[in-house]
Amino acid sequence: MNLIQTTARSNVLAQTLFVALIGLTLVFAAGFAQSQGLHDAAHDMRHSTGFPCH
Amino acid sequence: MKHMLSSALVAGFVAGLLCALLQFLLVQPEIVLAERYEAGELLHFQGLANPQDAATAADHSAHGADGHTAVVPAEEITHAHSEEATHEHGAGAGSGKNRQALTVLFAVLTYCGYGLALVAGMNLADQLGIKLGLAQGILWGLSGFLAFQMMPALGLQPDLPGTPAADFSARQVWWLATAAATVAGLWFAAYGGGIWQRAAGVVLLAAPHVWGAPEATGFGGVVPPELASAFAARSLAVGMITWAVLGGLAVTLWRSEPAS
Repeated sequence: MNLIQTTARSNVLAQTLFVALIGLTLVFAAGFAQSQGLHDAAHDMRHSTGFPCH
Repeated sequence: MKHMLSSALVAGFVAGLLCALLQFLLVQPEIVLAERYEAGELLHFQGLANPQDAATAADHSAHGADGHTAVVPAEEITHAHSEEATHEHGAGAGSGKNRQALTVLFAVLTYCGYGLALVAGMNLADQLGIKLGLAQGILWGLSGFLAFQMMPALGLQPDLPGTPAADFSARQVWWLATAAATVAGLWFAAYGGGIWQRAAGVVLLAAPHVWGAPEATGFGGVVPPELASAFAARSLAVGMITWAVLGGLAVTLWRSEPAS
């Protein structure tokens, strides 16, 4: 925790951006990626969370 | 950063489980029933579309061969077994338990992803001197619901299997643009300095809807409207509840970091 607070601000921003990117990548994989396997597996979740499904 | 990751993932995990549970109770039976219409096994206007049937189908797929009652004729049950195999889009989670497990997995993945983005946003706000308490956390969660579900649904209504829709890629692009514009618009509307930034926020919120979502060329759905409207309302309600819990949990866990 101390590390975060003593690190330069730009570093904190980079870490924040990194965390956001991991999150959005996860959402993309679960909601958008078009591989048939992923689509089938995530099918019900995509429909009920309103991602365009097919 | 560890703290950001862990608070987001724990909040996302809990929210994902809640979402899956609510879906099993409220939403998935309707998807299963809609697939039977899509496959032509059930026909609109031929009766049979009663909630009892949907519940039995879901119960059936959750518990395997036993546990079904005489509410649905045996012939229908047999069809329900083969339904996933014949569903042209795959829905290919296989048998009932597998399908439920995958829904839990993807609900957790999705909300962990949203949780990470949400906590990253909270951290950014913190850097900018914006203080967030539990109430703001819940509002941030509800804003996430607006950005990633409600506002996209304004143009692209939640659709059941068997509902005609516009070009797939066009819908994905519009969905992403709407989510991004809503995030930015809400940020400027809420935290913008001065009237012009706030006004720009409102413009951003409206822009995707003024532009317009891709539309299907006509109505031709095979699913009864009662089923489709119940599905739309329930899936939005489940999303709203889940996002509010995600926001509240995320801010609570994230703020629990020792102050120095």
